[in-house]
Amino acid sequence: MDTLLEKRLQEASGKKRVYFDHAATTAPADEVIDLVTEILRQHPGNPSSFYREGHQAARILEEARASVASGLGVLPEEIFFTSCGTESDNWAVKGTAHARQGRGRHLITSTIEHHAVLHTMEALEKEGFEVTYLDVDDKGLVEPDQLEKAIRPDTILVSIMMANNEIGTIQPVGRIGEICREANVIFHSDAVQALGAIPVKPRDLNCDLMSFSGHKLYAPKGIGVLFKRKGLRIDRLLDGGAQERRQRGGTENVAYAMAFARACELALKDLDRESKRQTKLRDRLIKGVIEAVPHTKLNGHSELRLPNNANFSFEFIEGESILLLLDTLGYACSSGSACTSASLDPSHVLLGIGMPAEIAHGSLRVTIGRKTSEGEIDRFLIDIPLVIERLRDMSPLYADFRKGKLEALIPPEGGVDVRIDGGYDLV
Amino acid sequence: MEYSEKVLDHFMKPRNMGEIPDADASGTVGNPICGDIMKMDLKIEDNIIVDAKFKTFGCGSAIATSSMATELIIGKSTDEALDITNQAVAEALDGLPKVKMHCSVLAEQAVKKALEQYYLDHDMMTPERKDKFKILGQDQHHHE
Repeated sequence: MDTLLEKRLQEASGKKRVYFDHAATTAPADEVIDLVTEILRQHPGNPSSFYREGHQAARILEEARASVASGLGVLPEEIFFTSCGTESDNWAVKGTAHARQGRGRHLITSTIEHHAVLHTMEALEKEGFEVTYLDVDDKGLVEPDQLEKAIRPDTILVSIMMANNEIGTIQPVGRIGEICREANVIFHSDAVQALGAIPVKPRDLNCDLMSFSGHKLYAPKGIGVLFKRKGLRIDRLLDGGAQERRQRGGTENVAYAMAFARACELALKDLDRESKRQTKLRDRLIKGVIEAVPHTKLNGHSELRLPNNANFSFEFIEGESILLLLDTLGYACSSGSACTSASLDPSHVLLGIGMPAEIAHGSLRVTIGRKTSEGEIDRFLIDIPLVIERLRDMSPLYADFRKGKLEALIPPEGGVDVRIDGGYDLV
Repeated sequence: MEYSEKVLDHFMKPRNMGEIPDADASGTVGNPICGDIMKMDLKIEDNIIVDAKFKTFGCGSAIATSSMATELIIGKSTDEALDITNQAVAEALDGLPKVKMHCSVLAEQAVKKALEQYYLDHDMMTPERKDKFKILGQDQHHHE
């Protein structure tokens, strides 16, 4: 049985691991690690202290803030360091809702936001806020006209992500920002996946609040940023000391703030060249996978897409088993299958773009990074058809399809623009 | 969540994967919407399971439990196979992560579904046996 796969499995233990999960996290850059170590060793002071060590730490913190601000084209006093992207999202959404509830209690978001926004919205619903969840189209795009129609006199906040973490779709945030500005509604955008991948200028996008995370940017886990437009008042999430202009209590993570700043500088310095390089690799991967594996579709938009993201659905099989075989072959990837999470339902993003559950279970996300080479893509293109073939061999659905008892939902030639209407017609 | 070596071994080298074209009994359980389907084919001679083959659409533990279930029932009488519980399948694999226990239930159900057909076809369904098929009516999926 599939001897080529057996051979590849045996060879894999001698080969380098291939990291294809950059949307989950990135390894901190060497330069960033060195900088963190140096600050931790040389400048352990508390920025709030009134003596030389404290002043030194405060200087580093403000240097980091100024650097991030300059990268984003905003003012240093508009940059707030947080512990992670989730905290930034929580703070932006809850802080705005609580500060503005006198004007109204209606919030708008989309069905495919990150859980850091969706679950925050649900928490607010329990407090009595009303939330409209905008549907997206089959590529994951929010329709600005629909947003415009959803805005009511009591709407106080719109939260739409800049780019989706699972399918990589880039939202028309510029247009959404305009609509919100005209309607006098606060606009928050989760840009965790966007920063370092595509140009991000909150001011140009009419964005009032924007969330970022360090560890998606080759900085360590444990540091995030919230951009908050000057003059906008939102409630605190963390009550405590007078740190972060009295708006977020907690001793500042000086070393990691600087790590974020340096990682951001490194990413922006190379943004144009690197995003072109990754887009080329991504398109080679997408074309290669669809050609090599029948009944395969690309999920998300083929053009309005993060340069590092590819997301596929392979019909007749389940995602976690794909991950397990790929892991053994040396690849770290991710899936929207229910079995890769603690829940029994497949990814809300894939269901949100209208995909039937039986196809959503068979999804695979490959997210490349700064160190991804063409050789790694080509190695993957040899292995992926073997993995899918092995699992289809085991699948009773595929057996039924081969016997003519089941009609395929994805045509054999697959593609980047395949629409699926409805699920299996099972007796 | 990490799998035991035995689960990985059965996933990577599944035993008795395939179909029995002239099976004496077969059972299919699960559904594609939940992300797992198991089909179990049995060859039975003188009430002894002489061969079993499976096909599974599902995660690593679904495939491993199918494989292990076939190993546990081959050579057993149909009544003995009826007494094999999902816990026994999971234990034989050195345990499953808690969130994956429902996969082992699916393996038990697949065997039972096939045996149910066998007993009915051969007019062997006694009230005592019937009692052991209760698990087939249970839905193992509790969606949020």
